[in-house]
Amino acid sequence: MLHTYAASGLVASPASGVFSLTWLLIALPLAGAGVLLLGGRRTDGFGHLLGNATSWAAFLVGLALFAGLLGRGAGSRAVGQHLFSWVPVGGLQVSAGLLLDPLSMCFVLLITFVGSLIHLYSVGYMAHDPDRRRFFAYLNLFVAAMLLLVLSDSYLTLYVGWEGVGLASYLLIGFWNRNPEYAAAAKKAFVVNRVGDFGLSVAIMIMFATFGRVDFVGVFAGTSHASSAVLTAIGLMLLLGATGKSAQFPLQSWLGDAMAGPTPVSALIHAATMVTAGVYLVVRSSPIFDAAPTARLLVVAVGAVTLLFGAVIGLAKDDLKKALAASTMSQIGYMMLGAGLGPVGYSFAIFHLLTHGFFKAGLFLGAGSVMHGMNDQTNLRGFGGLSKVMKITWLTFGAGFLAIIGFPGASGFWSKDKIIEAAFVGSGWQPWVFGLAAMLGAGLTAYYMTRLFAMTFHGQARWSDDVHPHESPLVMTIPMMVLALGSLFLGAVLGPTGAITGWLEPVVGAASEGGTVLAPTVISLATLALVVIGAGLAWLAYGMRPVPTAVPAATWATVAARRDLYQDAFNEAAFMRPGQYLTRSLVYVDNRGVDGVVNGLAALVGGTSGRVRRWQTGFVRSYALSMLTGAAVVVAALLLVRL
Amino acid sequence: MSEFPWLSILGAIPLVGAVVVMALPRGRDLLAKQVALGVSLLTLAWTVAIAVRFDPSAGGFQFAQQLSWIPQFGVSYAVGVDGIALVLIALTAVLTPVCVLAAWHDADAGKRSVKAYFALLLVLETMTIGVFAATDVFLFYVFFEAMLVPMYFIIGSFGGAQRSYAAVKFLLYSLLGGLLMLVAVIGLYVASGGGPQAFLLERLLGTSIDPTTQKWLFLGFFFAFAVKAPMFPVHTWLPDAASQAPPSGAVLLVGVLDKVGTFGMIRLCLPLFPDASRWATPVIIVLAVVGVIYGALVAIGQRDIMRLIAYTSVSHFGLIVLGIFAMTTQGQAGATLYMLNHGFTTAALFLVAGMMVRRRGSRMIADFGGVQRVAPMIAGTFLVAGLAGLALPGLSSFVSEFLVLVGTFTRYPAAAVIATLSIVLAAVYILLTYQRMCTGPATEETKGFADLTRREAWVVAPLIAIIVVLGFYPKPVLDVINPAVTATLKHVGATDPTPVVHVAEGTQK
Repeated sequence: MLHTYAASGLVASPASGVFSLTWLLIALPLAGAGVLLLGGRRTDGFGHLLGNATSWAAFLVGLALFAGLLGRGAGSRAVGQHLFSWVPVGGLQVSAGLLLDPLSMCFVLLITFVGSLIHLYSVGYMAHDPDRRRFFAYLNLFVAAMLLLVLSDSYLTLYVGWEGVGLASYLLIGFWNRNPEYAAAAKKAFVVNRVGDFGLSVAIMIMFATFGRVDFVGVFAGTSHASSAVLTAIGLMLLLGATGKSAQFPLQSWLGDAMAGPTPVSALIHAATMVTAGVYLVVRSSPIFDAAPTARLLVVAVGAVTLLFGAVIGLAKDDLKKALAASTMSQIGYMMLGAGLGPVGYSFAIFHLLTHGFFKAGLFLGAGSVMHGMNDQTNLRGFGGLSKVMKITWLTFGAGFLAIIGFPGASGFWSKDKIIEAAFVGSGWQPWVFGLAAMLGAGLTAYYMTRLFAMTFHGQARWSDDVHPHESPLVMTIPMMVLALGSLFLGAVLGPTGAITGWLEPVVGAASEGGTVLAPTVISLATLALVVIGAGLAWLAYGMRPVPTAVPAATWATVAARRDLYQDAFNEAAFMRPGQYLTRSLVYVDNRGVDGVVNGLAALVGGTSGRVRRWQTGFVRSYALSMLTGAAVVVAALLLVRL
Repeated sequence: MSEFPWLSILGAIPLVGAVVVMALPRGRDLLAKQVALGVSLLTLAWTVAIAVRFDPSAGGFQFAQQLSWIPQFGVSYAVGVDGIALVLIALTAVLTPVCVLAAWHDADAGKRSVKAYFALLLVLETMTIGVFAATDVFLFYVFFEAMLVPMYFIIGSFGGAQRSYAAVKFLLYSLLGGLLMLVAVIGLYVASGGGPQAFLLERLLGTSIDPTTQKWLFLGFFFAFAVKAPMFPVHTWLPDAASQAPPSGAVLLVGVLDKVGTFGMIRLCLPLFPDASRWATPVIIVLAVVGVIYGALVAIGQRDIMRLIAYTSVSHFGLIVLGIFAMTTQGQAGATLYMLNHGFTTAALFLVAGMMVRRRGSRMIADFGGVQRVAPMIAGTFLVAGLAGLALPGLSSFVSEFLVLVGTFTRYPAAAVIATLSIVLAAVYILLTYQRMCTGPATEETKGFADLTRREAWVVAPLIAIIVVLGFYPKPVLDVINPAVTATLKHVGATDPTPVVHVAEGTQK
């Protein structure tokens, strides 16, 4: 049966032909994870090979499906595959079903391609780790869960993938959990994400109570009849879910700590794919957000706040990975902002998500390569001058650097510029506030990325004598080169050609041009000017002048940024300490109070003068047994009377 | 009725097995264990045979058998199963052999007779099957009380250092509940007019009892079930009993015995006293929600791993009761499924924790560390069990927890939203525990931990397999539960709230 699920009238047809293979996308990496986890040490020898094979195979299936979709008309590029009935209870009928449409296709290609490149890279990066097999099992598990997340045809199955990627993230952040701090970081990520999951759960409950359905088709078909209060509530709860998974304000605090995971994990999960799931959720739910302007406004606000929040933290971080993490938070802020703008921004949010997937993964793999050559150091103040000894890393990282700052022509330029432009669309105060925030963010990005790039690769060498930096092996540098090509050219291929907007239009509607409060050329030029100023200032401060190896004293603003704008201090004071106090007092009350009252009452009834200690004496035990006997006698007596 | 007595034989198998085990000569402990395992596996096989013959679409009680027992007092021996009872009997039948295998060395060190321990486990199985299968209220009561005896001895004779205190506390609480229930049982006889088949469930369902009497009778039954479940605020016996019992005993106590409480609510409270049930619902919903959050918060503060698991159960039982009294199809089907899933999850948690406790000689969480390094299989299974405990989607408890919450939401949105907060707390108590016990560097004491033995692997493998399979494909179980839930709700006169927006059929999947 055909059914429409988007405002534009896109219909999903049942899977046939090549599309009947859609389930394999998930099954292949899942099988890989299963074999490697259940097989245990017996699979140590070939774990990395199997992990790569399943991931690359999923990519090939993805390509075949992409070709299949391309071969269809724009209005019929959607395929639904029903797998089995999952939760059938009364009015709630949820099936395990997949939906392949232009939006999920983008993600499938991103996840399987960038994911496979990172699988390949990990062969080299994790070569000397005794648990490499387990690492690949978790990576495969992640890919399977992420594909389930983007291919699900209902919110409930999406939720399975949603928490599945959370589990993989937990396992991989804590991969080296021998270090107690890493174990704590993994737990923190999961718990903070659960706060977001609370939102997603409640959103699904409201959907069921309102529409009697939790699948996309059913929910979207009902939106036009639902009250705006209900839609706003759903939108806000979905946004809460999105802020958790995508490390957006106010649930951003876990991402920096998540850098405890091995660097390929940071590249794949905490930069290119998983953390963008929140953006996917918002864009996928476009029919709901289109009808809930208040919720959408809040999405934009969250995006704007986070993009500045992350950028400010990035300005001051001396840890290579944590600076990149702050940057990820900021870049996803851009995507969130774009997604919140509605039809003018949806496709650009996804566009930026795709280009970011390439350049940020490339930057992280570059960072991993630097660490590989520098005894796993991440302190920027201990680097410098690496451009001479790690030429490939320098060049590929440079490509990512150009992309993220929005260097004209590079991938990030096309995608970020479009979001900034879209932020200026509208009337009233909003386009000015959000547009200027997005523009300012571009300048800050240029500053912190130039600072990071200069401190790592340029200036005088500041590493100690026992470090011998060297270029990484080909198995690592090839994925870096591929991602560098994407960082440079993907934007130009998809953006100015109109390919990405045209491709996504059947799902998210047309991205109409115009309506900005400033002329687009003015916006572009002003943004470019800010980028030049930001990059120039950073180059003057860190590229031209010597960088002190010790952390210099700084103003309160810099200190605040170094300490992540006190996010952890706030959470600790507002939630953790009161929480610990609460649980401790409840335990006390439970032991002394609730139990004490009941013990006391029982003792009183038993005439033992309220001394609980007597419970342990034989006296009370015989009392209990006499009670049992008493009950038996009562029953017997009652029976006898009748007899 | 002349049908083949499938259920009576099912109940008799473990009882006969217990007698055989006790009749074995002294000193043949291994043989006693093997016989006990064999008998419990035979019971499982018999249960499978029943489950295969069960017709989910037929409705009503199947494999029914009815004999006049004490006609003067209206008592019959009547058994039969609907989907809910079948599911819980299956839970018992799966967990008993698992517990027998897990308990292999539990009684070795003590002075008490080893064969008696295994015989007690089997007797307990008979009593539990009896209580789930009873379709006569008096017979239900008899099994309900008789169940206490083997459990009392399992805790009191084979438990930890504080076993006497825990066993007596368990007994007193249960007896108090039981006595009130006895009064209510007698009251029911009077109120329903007596007769030779006075206690037969089928007959009682048709009788209408005046509202005031209904309320008193409801309270009598409900209190007994609330203690058994255990619900906040009558839960405090559970942490003591569960932490002092040997791990297998704790599993049967929390995993199976406590289900009798929530089962009783569905089987007796709702259909027999529909008006009173609706009358009491607001208070029960509040207590359930408080229990969900309270249990989770107190669990976070525990230092003893066994007590911690017990408190997580207090939280989960709150959810089960919430689902039952939401009076929606999703809520009650979810609650029933939760009873099943909670049984497997808690069993896995208690048993794997028990394996670690046995190796370390301490139940204190702080005494562990770095287990993942030295015994990855133990840590891995503990993590999977824990993830099932925090209802990770893809594992079995997620489906039931979600059904309970969504089913509650359609009628009591505020209660559902507050209860949903427990998913955050669950993540804290499970992952914090895992972090403390299994991550970090191995300590001096945990360094020598051996990984899962072959016997231990056979204990956890079936549990993990069920947890995963029911997470992905709960449909067969739901198909069995659904008709019974629909029947119960019909007795209470509750219909599901209809969605606000009608989504056109043209968009049906």
